[in-house]
Amino acid sequence: MDREAEFAIYVKGLKKTFPGVCAVDALSFDVRSGEIFGLVGPDGAGKTTTMRMLAGILTPDGGAAWIAGTDVAHAPERAKHFLSYMPQRFGLYEDLTVAENLRFYADLFGVKRAERIARAEELLHAAGISDFRKRLAGKLSGGMKQKLGLACALIHRPKVLLLDEPTTGVDPVSRRDFWRILYELLAEGVAILTSTAYLDEAERCHRVALLHQGRLLFCDTPEHLKEQMHGAVLSVIAHEPRAVREALEHADGISSLVMSGDGLHLVVDSASLRVPQFNEQLRAAGVCFESIQQVRPTIEDLFVQAVQREGVSRG
Amino acid sequence: MDDPNNSVTTKDLVKRFGDFIAVDGINLAVRRGEVFGFLGPNGAGKSTTIRMLCGLLRPTAGSAQVAGHDVASEPELVRQNIGYMSQKFSLYNDLTVIENLRLFAGLYSVPFSVLQQRIEWALAMAGLEGKQNLLTGTLPGGWKQRLALGCAVLHKPPILFLDEPTSGVDPLARRQFWDLIHTMAAEGVTAFVTTHYMEEAEYCNRLALIFRGRLVALGTPSELKRNAMKGELLLVECRSLSDAIKLLKTAPGVQDASVFGNAIHLVVRDAKQSTPQLLQFLLKRGIAVERMEKVSPSLEDVFVSVTSSTETVGEQRV
Repeated sequence: MDREAEFAIYVKGLKKTFPGVCAVDALSFDVRSGEIFGLVGPDGAGKTTTMRMLAGILTPDGGAAWIAGTDVAHAPERAKHFLSYMPQRFGLYEDLTVAENLRFYADLFGVKRAERIARAEELLHAAGISDFRKRLAGKLSGGMKQKLGLACALIHRPKVLLLDEPTTGVDPVSRRDFWRILYELLAEGVAILTSTAYLDEAERCHRVALLHQGRLLFCDTPEHLKEQMHGAVLSVIAHEPRAVREALEHADGISSLVMSGDGLHLVVDSASLRVPQFNEQLRAAGVCFESIQQVRPTIEDLFVQAVQREGVSRG
Repeated sequence: MDDPNNSVTTKDLVKRFGDFIAVDGINLAVRRGEVFGFLGPNGAGKSTTIRMLCGLLRPTAGSAQVAGHDVASEPELVRQNIGYMSQKFSLYNDLTVIENLRLFAGLYSVPFSVLQQRIEWALAMAGLEGKQNLLTGTLPGGWKQRLALGCAVLHKPPILFLDEPTSGVDPLARRQFWDLIHTMAAEGVTAFVTTHYMEEAEYCNRLALIFRGRLVALGTPSELKRNAMKGELLLVECRSLSDAIKLLKTAPGVQDASVFGNAIHLVVRDAKQSTPQLLQFLLKRGIAVERMEKVSPSLEDVFVSVTSSTETVGEQRV
């Protein structure tokens, strides 16, 4: 069976170059129906460029992308029929009401009259904005606008949903609410590709592609990603993190040391070796600290390690 | 002033807009050399508070001192003593590095006699020596952001207001940036940080969480994770997550259940007590649990827990 047809999204060797910069460099990944897949990386990693190529609004320089088995570059109109793309600035009409925006998008996507009312109701309910249908979109809070945008993007029951940094600038409470809605959508069998610059948000995806400067660093579930971390992560909690840093800065076995607000975050070669050793060292130096223990690595730890190992980071 | 070790103090600070109380009696004492995080959902009163602290908005009641000056009676002096940096809109992309620095030096009225020396100092601090003539728009994100910081500190303010200073930049550049902030803090500069991003909040010495105009939590990041959550967090891994979550929402002792990637996050009162009960509960209903264990909450968990438990029950979203 064709792999292109087996997945909701299938990307192979996708490439895009802009003058002086390779924005997306031979990217390959796949997304299944009912899966939330994250494109994760800082600004400039190639997330938006990838999204735009998948949405058929930017032509790749190499490789190809299939949406529901359709080659996007060959048959963009057909591919667009299966997908919905929510860019960072989604085109809501601020001087139309919530209900009018939904109706507008239903027209745009050619949703039949018989279907649209039930669908709009369903989406308003799922997004938790049914009480606001008569409010002007321009008068909604940032989080609610985002949810309305999502509802509009889903009015024609797409098989594939592309979300470009949907939670940027949204506060944690609304962000969590937004994710709740995404998880509920999966029951409809939608495949969701979402991007984020916040590495901690990667933990919410089923699988993630970690991107840096156009290249794929890793692609796996968040759990498996963390298993690829070399060494162990230690957390020291202390009132004077600076004093702890001075005492440990030149200790053996440390490959990364970051000061946080109330402690230190360390990557070491071995937790069983270094925890007792650092305990001793801090006591000998007379530095007060509350605790030192091994913690689970974060996606950020993995990202930083991968980038440092490759020596590709600049500035 | 009250306590010379404090660089920002507010006392029963209130701001009303008509009938709406945006800031409702906030008391803060930020110490000199502290990196202080000020968090809250949109509309919680964060920006209103910041605008009062920057001398841009007059409090309705109560008072605030910034760098020893009263924000209501001496707003000019307050403004001379603060620097402001936001990742988003502070720099002119079509000016070079040096032109941006000169512009900001002018805006902040840096005396001509020290201008050259201050610019050199800012360039060194930001690690941008030799890059003076590059166009700002062409700089990598991490450099831009250090340049923005350089611009904000040209007049050597004792207090810096940082608004999501490192949003979107790569983690290595972010770490370098916060190292710089902590170095400045060690020299006595106070950083007052506002952000929605918990990755940034982790870099603060203390955090204040405000909601509906009131202070609802205050402490170091680890104190908040330990004490501010109303309950404990359990991670559950099993098959058919959506069935399990529906059941768990009705299970005894479960305050909240939500999907988290390939797992479920549960908020319970006592994790140790609930674990065997919930395993039994799910098993009886035909769901075999692969993993159930207590996990430490993230700052985001704390944030959501504190703000939703402060809401009245009737308004709580499901």
